[in-house]
Amino acid sequence: MKIDRRSFLSFVIGGAAGTALTPLPWKLTDDLSIWSQNWAWTPIPPRGETTYVASTCTLCPGGCGISVRKVDERVVKVEGLKGHPVNDGGICPLGLSGAQLLYSPTRVRTPLKKVNGGWQEISWDKAIQEIAARLRELREKDQPQTVAWVSDTDRGTVAELCKRFLTVYGSPNFIRTPSIQDSYELALYLTQGQRAMAGFDLANATYVLSFGSGIIEGWGSPPYLFRAKSAMQQKGGTISQVEGRLSKTAAKADQFIPIKPGTEGALALGLIHVILKEGLYRKDFVQNRSAGWEALKKISGDEFAPEAVSKLTGAEAKIIADLARAFAGAKKPLAICGRGNGRQIAGNEQEFLAVHFLNALAGSINTAGGVVAVPEPDYIDWPEPEMDAVASKGMQQARVDGAGGKDFPMSRYLLNRLPEALNAGPSSPVQVLFVNSANPAYSLMDTPKVEKGLKKIPLVVSFSAFMDETAAMAHYILPNHVYLERFEDVPAAQSFPRPIIGLVKPVTRPLFNTRHTGDAVMQLAKAVGGNVAAAFGWASYEACLQESLGDKWDALKEEGYWVESKFVPAAFETKSKKFEFSNADIAQLPAYAALKAPGDDKAFPLTLIPYDTLRLSSGTGGSPPFLVKSLEETILQKNDGCVEINPADAQKLGLADGVDAVLSTPKGSARVKVILSEGIMPGLVAMVRGLGHTAYDRFLAGKGININSLMGSVEDPGTGFEAAWGIRAQLTKA
Amino acid sequence: MVIDLDKCTGCGACMVACMAENNVPFREDDTDKLLSISWMRVYRLKNGKPFPQAEECFLPRPCQHCEGHHGHSPCVSVCPATATDYDMRTGIVSQIPTRCFGCRYCMAACPYHVRQFNWWDPLWPDGMERSLNPDVSVRMRGIVEKCNFCYHRYQRAFDKIYAEGGRDLPEKEYQTACTQACPAGAITFGDLNNPAHTVYKLAQPDVAHEGQSRNPKAFRLLERLGTNTKVYYLSSKEWVRKAGDTAVQKA
Repeated sequence: MKIDRRSFLSFVIGGAAGTALTPLPWKLTDDLSIWSQNWAWTPIPPRGETTYVASTCTLCPGGCGISVRKVDERVVKVEGLKGHPVNDGGICPLGLSGAQLLYSPTRVRTPLKKVNGGWQEISWDKAIQEIAARLRELREKDQPQTVAWVSDTDRGTVAELCKRFLTVYGSPNFIRTPSIQDSYELALYLTQGQRAMAGFDLANATYVLSFGSGIIEGWGSPPYLFRAKSAMQQKGGTISQVEGRLSKTAAKADQFIPIKPGTEGALALGLIHVILKEGLYRKDFVQNRSAGWEALKKISGDEFAPEAVSKLTGAEAKIIADLARAFAGAKKPLAICGRGNGRQIAGNEQEFLAVHFLNALAGSINTAGGVVAVPEPDYIDWPEPEMDAVASKGMQQARVDGAGGKDFPMSRYLLNRLPEALNAGPSSPVQVLFVNSANPAYSLMDTPKVEKGLKKIPLVVSFSAFMDETAAMAHYILPNHVYLERFEDVPAAQSFPRPIIGLVKPVTRPLFNTRHTGDAVMQLAKAVGGNVAAAFGWASYEACLQESLGDKWDALKEEGYWVESKFVPAAFETKSKKFEFSNADIAQLPAYAALKAPGDDKAFPLTLIPYDTLRLSSGTGGSPPFLVKSLEETILQKNDGCVEINPADAQKLGLADGVDAVLSTPKGSARVKVILSEGIMPGLVAMVRGLGHTAYDRFLAGKGININSLMGSVEDPGTGFEAAWGIRAQLTKA
Repeated sequence: MVIDLDKCTGCGACMVACMAENNVPFREDDTDKLLSISWMRVYRLKNGKPFPQAEECFLPRPCQHCEGHHGHSPCVSVCPATATDYDMRTGIVSQIPTRCFGCRYCMAACPYHVRQFNWWDPLWPDGMERSLNPDVSVRMRGIVEKCNFCYHRYQRAFDKIYAEGGRDLPEKEYQTACTQACPAGAITFGDLNNPAHTVYKLAQPDVAHEGQSRNPKAFRLLERLGTNTKVYYLSSKEWVRKAGDTAVQKA
């Protein structure tokens, strides 16, 4: 058949008309869309019975109650627990992302051993036996003190088990990670003679003076402080924030007083100067319940008169004097300090003392609306372990971090000094390092130096549930359950003004071949044998926990928390039985001096300061995907970390908003994006803390910069505490 | 819904609570906020003054649930698929993912940028899909999604009350995930038509004038457009109230 133009056209047009009339294309399009909408990788969450389990969050020291929603065995969401004394239903973004941590791809699923630089799976028994063999060896060589343990807390049954292990093994080297807890505990001890935690009754204060503390940026227990802040402002109370940058706390405060960072202590002493000079202190407290207040005149002499402090801090003299009057004149004033979230830096002890003195002058010690000394938990009352000769001798040795030694007799833990000690000689003074719920390779200042030190330790054992930076460097990982899979006690809620115990409950069965660190420590002790084994008589961690909590166990299991309802702060335990503004110990500390940011002013004309956000994990672990997703454009753009700088500085440096730049400090340099902000004081550059992970998953790793890798350690001269608040820096066009 | 901007701290708990409740997907790089899906988003407002007079305020923005005139919300009027509708009974603007075919007219029509498009298939890292909430369907590539005031929670609460013989929802029975999570207590949620509810007392809507608030501290976003929204904001600062009526600045 011949195909001519006519037949071709009728075939095409007829075909098209025919196809259009049949349902075929419409059916196909419909099928196609239904098919594409049912691709197997679009998950359909299975239905099931919904239940709620009351438990406690461990992601930061805040101690919030949580209500975990389950659908059958699946954990679907973590919510705040209504009626809980700390958070009453409120919860922070990290706490809300708990389910993402449970099901995180970065979890360590089974014990691992590093062989030739790579990970090899190993059985629990074999791993414990191999580590125990090394520990026995060190004891035979009479070197038990070369074992050290790093943890983010020294309270609660798990920390106590670790400490007990070290003690009976013969090492004094249990080291807690630095935080403002160190400086607050020491301030309370020096002035009130009490080993206690600082609680803050913010809700009942009428005036809060915050020296850079991020009340709504992770300081203390975030949801507790959020609620307290809302409540006090609702009642007409005011908050004054002293800081170099318009942080969220500063933005939401009633008054923002910009000062040069690092001079907060000088301002506090300046306020004391005015209060003493004008006689604005509460006579009842100062005259009847305190001792040695005359010494204050000496420490806040004329060098801290408003004009002098004005030169140091950059705040106007009139503002300083007015601030002192406002503070002393308020009905229930409260002063707090510790910059940002206070989780990685201990601070300048004299600054903490000065702020504590301010509270004392205002009579705000152990009162409603004041600073409250919350006693350390006392429920862990185990029999003293029996020590053998090796252990007793080992315990007599000096600590590797120098805490409690001749240079720093008042400090208890100085993890910040460990890298120096590790790097000092050809061989490491630490032969075995255990790390649980801490990530020193990420969180200590000057991370390259920390890494170098850690690499010198022949055996590093991590108990981390996640592959974090320290775990990645370890030789063995003995993975813990995550908090939704285990029992544990939370012995306090940081900054909460009453004793409270929270119980962490297993919400779901462990997903992987993990083991409770409490159990792992006990098994390790049994494998070491001798007196070490004998010190751990419990059948399991759960038995130990139940025994320790005693009659509180039932209430805890039912409610999820136990709170001291009729709490009355204890009387001062100093020699004079009064609040002591001065005594022999305080006199030993060098006088206040503003600590300088490391680096040369000429080569580095700016100062880099870190800031915190609740949209990044402030605890030990990394941030889950939801948090990274919620970050503002001023923090992260693609994989570039951002720095904030004042437009006036940017103009001088020839930088525009959004351009790439190189940020350099004496410790290193990094490529950053420039964000112009009117909320930052000229001369400063600010970068967020909590990004720049090298470990964890693709949702977190490689994003932004770890500011700690650019920061240098600054030691508080009297205590050895980590007091780094900033570092000199330069910003140049990339 | 009433959001007290004096109390809001910009922490982002509402955003994350919403993502966890409503199976909102996330991607490896979610920094381009025009492509990132977030039913609730916290904006940062600035007063534009130089340091140290600079002030900031945070503004959480869920779907504003416009009623317009007689239910003619901007997005509902343009949807050719009837995938979105205004419910006269609850005042909620719905979004039915399986009806939506992704023309994105609604996104263009919405004055508040509350609607977002799924440019990619939602993917969860292996194992994390176990944290998904069965009460909310997972949306697929090629469709638009937005806040629906946790409508599944309304359904649950209403079913429960109905079974018990009641017809009116008590305030505490139905609360959105963001309201529940807010640690600062900045968000209040309830029935704007019910004088017994806290939102009514805070917002003081004037029904004769399209819900305009009689509370001098209250404002609604872009009120002059006549969108008659269901989200009222409270602020004691005048510059914040003014900012709500111009354009929302980039965070």
